[in-house]
This record gives sequence, structure tokens and C-alpha cells, in this order.
Amino acid sequence: MARITGAVDIDRERCKGCDLCVVACPCNVLTLQTKDVNDRGYHFVADTAPEACIGCAACATVCPDGCITVYRVVEKP
Amino acid sequence: MTKEEIKQAGTVVACKPRLLNDNTMHYCPGCSHGVVHKLVAEVIEEMGAEHIAIAIAPVGCAVMAYNYIDVDWIEAAHGRAPAIATAVKRLNPSRLVFTYQGDGDLAAIGTAETIHAANRGENIAIIFINNGIYGMTGGQMAPTTLEGMVTSTTPYGRRVDLNGYPLNITDLMARLPGTCYVTRQSVHTAPAVKKTKKAIRQAFENSMAGKGTSVVEVVSTCVSGWKMTPEKANEWMAEHMLEKYPLGDLKNVDNE
Repeated sequence: MARITGAVDIDRERCKGCDLCVVACPCNVLTLQTKDVNDRGYHFVADTAPEACIGCAACATVCPDGCITVYRVVEKP
Repeated sequence: MTKEEIKQAGTVVACKPRLLNDNTMHYCPGCSHGVVHKLVAEVIEEMGAEHIAIAIAPVGCAVMAYNYIDVDWIEAAHGRAPAIATAVKRLNPSRLVFTYQGDGDLAAIGTAETIHAANRGENIAIIFINNGIYGMTGGQMAPTTLEGMVTSTTPYGRRVDLNGYPLNITDLMARLPGTCYVTRQSVHTAPAVKKTKKAIRQAFENSMAGKGTSVVEVVSTCVSGWKMTPEKANEWMAEHMLEKYPLGDLKNVDNE
């Protein structure tokens, strides 16, 4: 079976910390930072469990600010 | 594979559309406007229509939409976007003309313009963001506010005997012979966002094909006006708004 892995890149300066991507992620890859803030004073989202990402792009689809870039690799056996 | 390796070897499956520029949007965190802006930018980009698109901005939170999507925009007076779009499309029939309006703009002050543009069957697309509230001015009751919904001007909930019934203007427009495609969508989950994107694409294609007026209502949230977190607002919307404003196509002449 082909193995699908993904990675997310988050534009943390554009992120407003609305948390919608964290809710949408089926693999719990993302977490909203509770201490760190970006230049505009918002808590931002980070991929704290990057190895779990399957590149489904649900986070980028629901992101209201277009902060997330999703990459996907399909590894054939 | 490490993250860097995946980024090197992988394909980009989602990113910020090119037409959505780098200006940070003024919308509140979690606002549905951002998602719809992104979809509009994606659809125009996919259609290769960036040089022929003319968008009409409303008055409301989306009043500064021209700052974020890199196509030609005209700013209309409050509620008058369909009237401006009528003129633009009649004078430039080869252009993709669409309006982007909220419920206070389209369903309150602009009711006449909206209904008559749809009734004339103008070849424009109308994107209608319905969050049941006047978001920009501080969360006052709008015509689309649900019965019993608390707003800053109805602190004990909207009363039908005093404030009348919620106005379902999309249903009204679906009954007009001038409309070719009337649909109601939402952006609260990833599958819903994809359906909304398809609907916007269909509406834009109808506009170019000269089939009549297309209306895409997007049932949305207002995190500040509703005084909820974005996640809670989405849940509240799914629970309450979708009962009064059920999702789906109301009219599609292509299927008739």
C-alpha cells in the first residue's frame, strides 16, 4: 500500500490564532501556542506532532487567513 | 521522512492563492469572510479570469475587500452593489462581474436593488454572506437574525411580534424567473468549504455564459457579534442557523 505523508508550513506572522485548523485536523498535528505570540500579539499555531501529518489539507481549507501551506508525498512500496 | 524532506520531495496540495495578497486581513480571528475571500481568489485564479474580473464590494465588514484580492473592484454605496454590477456587466459583457455582500447590505438596505437585479436576470454572480447580524457596526439585529437570537439591539432575543420574522431572501430570489442558480452553502467544515468553492465556480461560469443571475449564499459566523470563540460559533451556526437556512441548491436551471 502506498504510504502518504505530509507536512505543513505555517505563516506564523499571518496567523491570528483562531484555532479552527486545530479543530479541523483529524490527526492532532497542530496546537495553538499558549505562551508565544507573533508580532501582532496573536497566539499562533504550530505543528507540534509533524510526524502524524497525512497531508489532507483540512487545516489549510478551513484557515480564514490562508496561513497554511500543505505538502504531500505518496511513497509507493 | 523528515519535514524538510517532505517539503523538498512533496507536491503542494494547499497554499494561499496567488490572488490573495500579503496584506493581513482586518477580519476578526476565525471570521468566515476570510475563507470566502480565499475561495473567490482560488476560483478566479483557476478560471484564469484575473484580468477580466470586476468585483463590487459592499458596505459592511467586507468593505475593504479590495485590499485583499488582486482583481478590479468598485466600492458601491450601501446595498447598491447589484445596481452597479448591472451597469458594469451591461457595459462590459465579456467581463466576469460579481458582487460580494453581507446580509445587512443585501437583505436590508439593498433589498430593492438585489431583488430587481435578480428579477431582470442580470448576468452577474452574487455572493451573499449571511451571519444573521450587522457585524461591522457592533452586532445589531439584521433582517436575517433568527427568532430568539440575542443581539445588541435585541438583548432578550428577537421577538416576532415586535421585530418580525427572519427574512429568507435567498428563497425569495430562487422563485424569480431571472435567476439561474441559487444555492446556500457554509464554510464551517473542510467538506463544506469545498462545496462552497464549487458553487462559486458554478456561479462565475453562469455569469460568463450569460445564463442569468446566480446567487451563492454562505451561512457564516460572526465571532465578535455573537460573542463566541470561532469553534463555538461554528457549532452554534450548525445547530441553529442551518435549521432556518438549510444548505443545498435551491434552484439550478442546468438540472431542470
